[in-house]
Amino acid sequence: METVSRVHANNLVSWAKDRPKVLVLSADLTGSTEIDQFREIYPDRFFSMGMTEQSMMSMAGGLAREGFYPFVHTFAVFMYRRALDQIAMSIAYPNLPVRMFGFLPGIMTPGGATHQAIEDIAVMRSLPNMTVLECGDATDVESVLDVAHDVPGPVYVRMLRGEIPRLFPRNERMKLGVARRVCKGSDIALVSSGVCTEEAMRATAALRERGVSIEHIHVSTLKPFADPTILESIAQTKYGVITMENHTVLGGLGTAVAEMMAEAGVGRKLVRIGLPDQFAHGASQHYLMREYGLDALALVRNVESLVGTELGVGDEELASVRVNPIHSEAKAEAL
Amino acid sequence: MHVDLQIPEEQWAHAARRAAYGIRRRVLEHTINNNGGYLSQACSSAETIAVLYTKVLKIGKSTAPAVPAAFAGVPGHAHADYTTGALYNGPRHADLDRFFFSPAHYALVLYAALIEVGRMSSEGLLQFNKDGSTVEMIGAEHSPGMETTTGSLAQGLSQAAGIALARKLRGEKGRCVVYMSDGEFQEGQTWETFEILFHYRLDNVLVYVDVNGQQCDGKMIDVLDLGDLAAKLRAFGAIVYDVDGHNVEDLAQPSAATGQGAPVVVLCRTNPCAGISLLQDRAPKLHYVRFKSEAERDEYRLVLQTMEQEG
Repeated sequence: METVSRVHANNLVSWAKDRPKVLVLSADLTGSTEIDQFREIYPDRFFSMGMTEQSMMSMAGGLAREGFYPFVHTFAVFMYRRALDQIAMSIAYPNLPVRMFGFLPGIMTPGGATHQAIEDIAVMRSLPNMTVLECGDATDVESVLDVAHDVPGPVYVRMLRGEIPRLFPRNERMKLGVARRVCKGSDIALVSSGVCTEEAMRATAALRERGVSIEHIHVSTLKPFADPTILESIAQTKYGVITMENHTVLGGLGTAVAEMMAEAGVGRKLVRIGLPDQFAHGASQHYLMREYGLDALALVRNVESLVGTELGVGDEELASVRVNPIHSEAKAEAL
Repeated sequence: MHVDLQIPEEQWAHAARRAAYGIRRRVLEHTINNNGGYLSQACSSAETIAVLYTKVLKIGKSTAPAVPAAFAGVPGHAHADYTTGALYNGPRHADLDRFFFSPAHYALVLYAALIEVGRMSSEGLLQFNKDGSTVEMIGAEHSPGMETTTGSLAQGLSQAAGIALARKLRGEKGRCVVYMSDGEFQEGQTWETFEILFHYRLDNVLVYVDVNGQQCDGKMIDVLDLGDLAAKLRAFGAIVYDVDGHNVEDLAQPSAATGQGAPVVVLCRTNPCAGISLLQDRAPKLHYVRFKSEAERDEYRLVLQTMEQEG
């Protein structure tokens, strides 16, 4: 699998070239959110706000009222936790085109509970006027700027950085409200988002070899969540549906799928893979995904439980399809 | 663009005093009629808001209907034509000021001021806090005179700072004038914003603060003492004026100090019972007046009668 480095850093610079109304706001995490290159090339459109997240969010609303497009960058936790009231009242209520790029979604950092955005989708999804997107690969990161920019109101993006796998061809770009089918199948519908899609793909090949047919869907628009093909995929399965997300199981993708199924009256067994209802701690992404049952092996065990058979898929086999980690070696602190 | 202040230059101080009197009278009358109101806020802020509208603000005539339109829905995809209360402060122009009213619970005072300076019909006040009206108790950006939603305190200054930065980027001469209450200086966000105003030298921001020393729970020195607010603001890089908040000339004078590389703050020292000394009987709980008895209400009726007789 191809991995690409500093996708957002490069893409933002070329994308913003002929868009002079696009301003970038940073809260003292310029290198860590890959906007250092933008700062060098467009210093007049880069605004260092220091650690003033609350004021930064309200100011972004002010700038957006004047016809600018503030692209706010910081770690996800420092947006929706620290400055939620400001996002709600200065940005979401007036429906302003502020684009919020939240880095380190879920358990992707050894920074621990303070740095891990484990309930951001639940929080942001519940805000009226808010659109919520999540990137799962390099093609998502390259195309999310266009998707977000077409939305007239505020957009929250769960963003990736560093070395990112390319799961989808460059020309199969993210589209608002449209899920992508990774593979076709009829036994189980697997709906994944973010980094869990790559993780799930490690397991689906092995499962297919064991004769389990998986319909795998990658979701990049978490709100609005209304793609009818997701429901169609779920409705045609034999055993049920599994959701897999780098987020708590409350309020995120699993909840959105459950709501969609219940409202449509589609009765299938639903298994939600995600962080159980608890905070995580500081450790590597690989370690935490294993500890909290978010990895390929956890998916295999849940599939076994749904189909009622042990499939004999082990760690070694899954590890053989493992790709490079998201974090660059050059960023040892992983902050 | 021609700046229409509506009031001849030589008469502004008289007009400001008349407007301040009218604001107090209208808010008192409203409080008596509705058995409730933000009366102490009218007493402390009447002169400041009157001076803003008669002298400080360089704004054009209202472009809004004299009687406010009914509430048409919140902003969002379903309401692309959502209108703004800023229309009461005139058209937008690069050379004109923009006004941001941060303590949204002072809305009743703002509405009374709009009536006094001829920007809203007195009928508008009859819609105050009525279901389906934009003349809301705690105003939002669809409410007359308001451009941003500021009821969650301290967000008004930051939003205005964003607009001030945008105006600087566009090379506009007009200023962003913000009205705040002193309680908002307990919020961390306010100080974050002063850090930003200093760093980006946003000298097109002019802040008037109602330093009435009051907040919901009582006197600020008892609830959470701010200490020397002027010194704190100067330490944050602001140009600070400390003035008698009931003297219209003193209030107007510092407004010319913008454009000197730093934000300007005018601390308006006010008395929350100014003009209605009967209110002192309720101290220190002055945040919202609801009469304890019909007898007390009658006392306030008497104050209103006296006020109207004296004019």
